[in-house]
Amino acid sequence: MKKTIERGYMVLILIFMYAPIVTMIALSFNASKSRAKWGGFTLQWYGSLFTDGPIMRALVNTLVVAVLSSLIATIIGTVTCIALMGMRTRTRAVIMGITNIPMINADIVTGISLMLLFRVLGLTNGFLPVLIAHITFNIPFVMLSVLPRLKQVEPSVYEAALDLGATPVYAFMKTVLPDIMPAVISGALMAFTMSIDDFIITYFTKGVGFNTLSTLIYSEVKKGIRPEIYALSALIFIAVLTLLFFSDRIPKWTARQKKD
Amino acid sequence: MFKNKKTSAALSAPYTAWMTIFIIVPLLMIFYYGLTDSQGSLTLANITAIGYGVYFKSLLLALWLSFLCTLICFILAYPLALILARVSKNAGQGLIITIFILPMWMNFLLRTYAWLTLLEGNGIINGILSFLHLPTQHMINTPTAIVFGMVYNFLPFMVLPLYNAISRIDTAVFEAARDLGAGRRQTLFRITLPLSVNGIISGVTMVFIPALTTFAISTLLGGSKVLLIGNVIESTFTQVYDWHLGSGLSIVLMIFIIINMIISNISDARQEAEG
Repeated sequence: MKKTIERGYMVLILIFMYAPIVTMIALSFNASKSRAKWGGFTLQWYGSLFTDGPIMRALVNTLVVAVLSSLIATIIGTVTCIALMGMRTRTRAVIMGITNIPMINADIVTGISLMLLFRVLGLTNGFLPVLIAHITFNIPFVMLSVLPRLKQVEPSVYEAALDLGATPVYAFMKTVLPDIMPAVISGALMAFTMSIDDFIITYFTKGVGFNTLSTLIYSEVKKGIRPEIYALSALIFIAVLTLLFFSDRIPKWTARQKKD
Repeated sequence: MFKNKKTSAALSAPYTAWMTIFIIVPLLMIFYYGLTDSQGSLTLANITAIGYGVYFKSLLLALWLSFLCTLICFILAYPLALILARVSKNAGQGLIITIFILPMWMNFLLRTYAWLTLLEGNGIINGILSFLHLPTQHMINTPTAIVFGMVYNFLPFMVLPLYNAISRIDTAVFEAARDLGAGRRQTLFRITLPLSVNGIISGVTMVFIPALTTFAISTLLGGSKVLLIGNVIESTFTQVYDWHLGSGLSIVLMIFIIINMIISNISDARQEAEG
């Protein structure tokens, strides 16, 4: 009896989370352009999707920003974590405190504050400000993933490598980096996801004429979203589903929490 | 490791510069604009504006709706976290990914927008209700629809910390409680809830702040009929171009964020003290 109630409850939550996704996938096959009525089954939106300039540009922008920002944030974040290890606890606490600000602050405030800066600096052409903003909010995710791992690394192997004549960089590459690599990768994945997912900060920092998928969708809400966007989302969803299905190593997504 | 102070300073220089320019300076700019008027003279008018008219009303409504959202999220999430923590650890993680993480890969604006199709006057849910001869609901463009959208979007932020807190409790504690004669209800209120209080605080802060400051959800599900403080700030910047007023209102939002931060820091410190 108790089991049945538990199962039923989980199924209800599952339906709640997936109802809009099923709706969207259904709408991607809807021949009628209006989402209010069903006009029969069609695949035409999946064809016209790839010739749609704005959607394809937004998709490319989203991916380029996500790849570049997570890559740069991973490099800066990892290097900074290494530097933090050699610093006094007080200095380290100050830097981590400031790093936490974008995670604790509301996205709307972070977005507005960056917009003010970019406007004053005259950085208003599409791509660059968005990239800078994404790097800024991605670095904390990398650092919060790498720093705890780095604290567990045994320094003796690194020191032994130095004693045996390795240069510091070579010793680091051969002894420390392999140890922290899982944390670096999971930080990078987290950063990539946050970047793809972001709407608010992109919305405030982007220049005129530059769109990621999020801001394109937002701008289309008032006049009605075109079915091609449903088709694209369905494809992305299926792709992620397939990836998850085939990957054994699912990163620790629960680390999405602020700290742990 | 890496005890060389000079190397450390050199390695940290790029990020120190980055965070100064892109985290500290932008925040100082909000304070600068928020505390000055267009002539550049010091004023509190942009902040005290929150006490009047549409600003006051939109802040109160946002506080009320985000409170409701947090409460509903907690009521929905706690039993779910209990169930997830009880099934084996691996299965729990797998279920969390299926239920909450996978949907996140579909754009949140689109998912929220899809609720329009479901909630509309002649939408699917009303279709089912009228098929069952139940009264149909008018939800779109009401505060109810916005709370609905908030709960949908922020429920994962409540479930994850609760799940982590509950699954960390040593099962021996439950066994001890049962041996000492505690019933199911007594175990919940005297063991599980107090031991997961840090997860609760973490979940509440992670849901409350995004709910309080949202403008996208209210635009999508509230039409332009329901204004939250997020909508007001957004339009102050993007339509009225009044940086001073917008920054002043943002400072007010930051006060709520700081209160939240202090609460969660206290709970962190307590957790560390307890070990």
